[in-house]
Amino acid sequence: MLLLGVWEIGTMKDATHPDGFWIDPFFYGRPSSIANQLWTWAQNGTAQGPLWLQVATTLEEAALGFLIGVGLGVVFGVALGRVRLLADVFAPYIKALNAMPRIVLGSIFILTIGYNIWSKVALAVVLVFFVVFFNAFQGVREVDRVLIANARILGAKERQLSTDVIFPSALSWILASLHTSFGFALVGAVVGEYLGAYQGIGLMISTAQGTFNPSGVFAAMFILAVVALSAEVALTWLENRLIKWRPNTVTADARI
Amino acid sequence: MPTPAIELRHVTKRFLTPSGTAYTALRDLDLAVGDGEFCAVVGPTGCGKSTTLALISGLELPSEGEVLVGGAPVQRVGRDVGYVFQVDAVFPWKSVLDNVATGPRFRGINRREAEERARDWIKRVGLAGFERYYPHQLSGGMRKRAALAQTLINEPRFLLMDEPFSALDVQTRTLMENELLQLWSATRASVVFVTHDLEEAIALADRVVVITAGPGTVKGVYRVDLPRPRNVAEIRFQPEFSRIYQEIWNDLRDEVLVSYERSKRVVS
Repeated sequence: MLLLGVWEIGTMKDATHPDGFWIDPFFYGRPSSIANQLWTWAQNGTAQGPLWLQVATTLEEAALGFLIGVGLGVVFGVALGRVRLLADVFAPYIKALNAMPRIVLGSIFILTIGYNIWSKVALAVVLVFFVVFFNAFQGVREVDRVLIANARILGAKERQLSTDVIFPSALSWILASLHTSFGFALVGAVVGEYLGAYQGIGLMISTAQGTFNPSGVFAAMFILAVVALSAEVALTWLENRLIKWRPNTVTADARI
Repeated sequence: MPTPAIELRHVTKRFLTPSGTAYTALRDLDLAVGDGEFCAVVGPTGCGKSTTLALISGLELPSEGEVLVGGAPVQRVGRDVGYVFQVDAVFPWKSVLDNVATGPRFRGINRREAEERARDWIKRVGLAGFERYYPHQLSGGMRKRAALAQTLINEPRFLLMDEPFSALDVQTRTLMENELLQLWSATRASVVFVTHDLEEAIALADRVVVITAGPGTVKGVYRVDLPRPRNVAEIRFQPEFSRIYQEIWNDLRDEVLVSYERSKRVVS
């Protein structure tokens, strides 16, 4: 609140201070005009269309990228964690891909897939996949040997070992990675839109930047923050439901 | 002589250590457990007691020699084997009911019947009313009961127990030992019970096998001719109990000393 106050007052103008008292509102915007901008967007829509459509587009891209990325990450993570041979074969490729700054793939996706939502989904998938993959892989590797031995004695076949012991055991690792990876999904969606799109919050930021409208950039950031926080709340709820067997002492705190 | 239920013939087991050298856990071990016999295996820490159980269960295969269970050589994890582990091995993400029902479910029995049998076993081990609890909500003794029910529900003909009660306090332990004897007398499975506690071994078993400090091999075999049914809390005061205890302890002491000297050397 203090920060907002200082920001607001610091950017006030009068005849003697055409560039604001301390801070130039031309570059840094001001809270009241950001609120104003949000109001205008909500009332009259943005340059690309109604505000809800922008939010929905970004959310759709992020959510699709998140779901596909998580699915692939879990499947590959569990498979490579379970089968030594697969891990040995694929490990170098996955490490090489992971070492690359994957954001640059965004340009390629825009070129090959086009301005539609799927280029953003693809970028989000690539970002999410590795986070989830490494967590799932590690989770499978960390499964308690005694639990596996016990399951085998009790009569578990290989498939039952995977579904009844290894997957539930790795689940807490996988769920922990979901917090981080939804953040990455949003990054993928927004950066993808920033690079080129017809709709979305990223495009709003890009437009605001192009028209020297810092309030627009901040307002879009504010919307993104609200979206990310809501997703965080939803994920925590999901996590608590899925692993209610776990004692509460284990960290369930927010990882963004 | 009838075929023993469990038999180890000249068994040697070597493990590859992370540094690449071979570590011999068992050397030329011979052991035979009769049908329906309760056999306790005692020895100092690190003498390969747990390895013996892993070999009988089929979780590990011997490097040399032969392991026979029910007259047939062990090649994979056997169907008729039950194994109670030293540490908690119940699945933390399953409730008590689901944990106990796991064995039958793995073996292809439908959910209704598996749960029905599980409820029965939960009652038998004294956990009635805790069906919906998760393991972390139970005490150590209750988790052990759940593990016992989880193992016994499969009605194993060969029951392997690896220091199952070592993590429990003395009172709970005595209680559990008595209950184990009761449950066992109803099933008459052949039991191999590994422990480092000689008193526990004598109180429970028909026969006590002493294993040498690693690499483990059999040092001596002793009959325990105490009458059954036994009360573990009281049997310790019988003169026959002390006599057997002294006899075995004379052998065991040397091995414990060897193992102790060795661990001192490792530390210094």
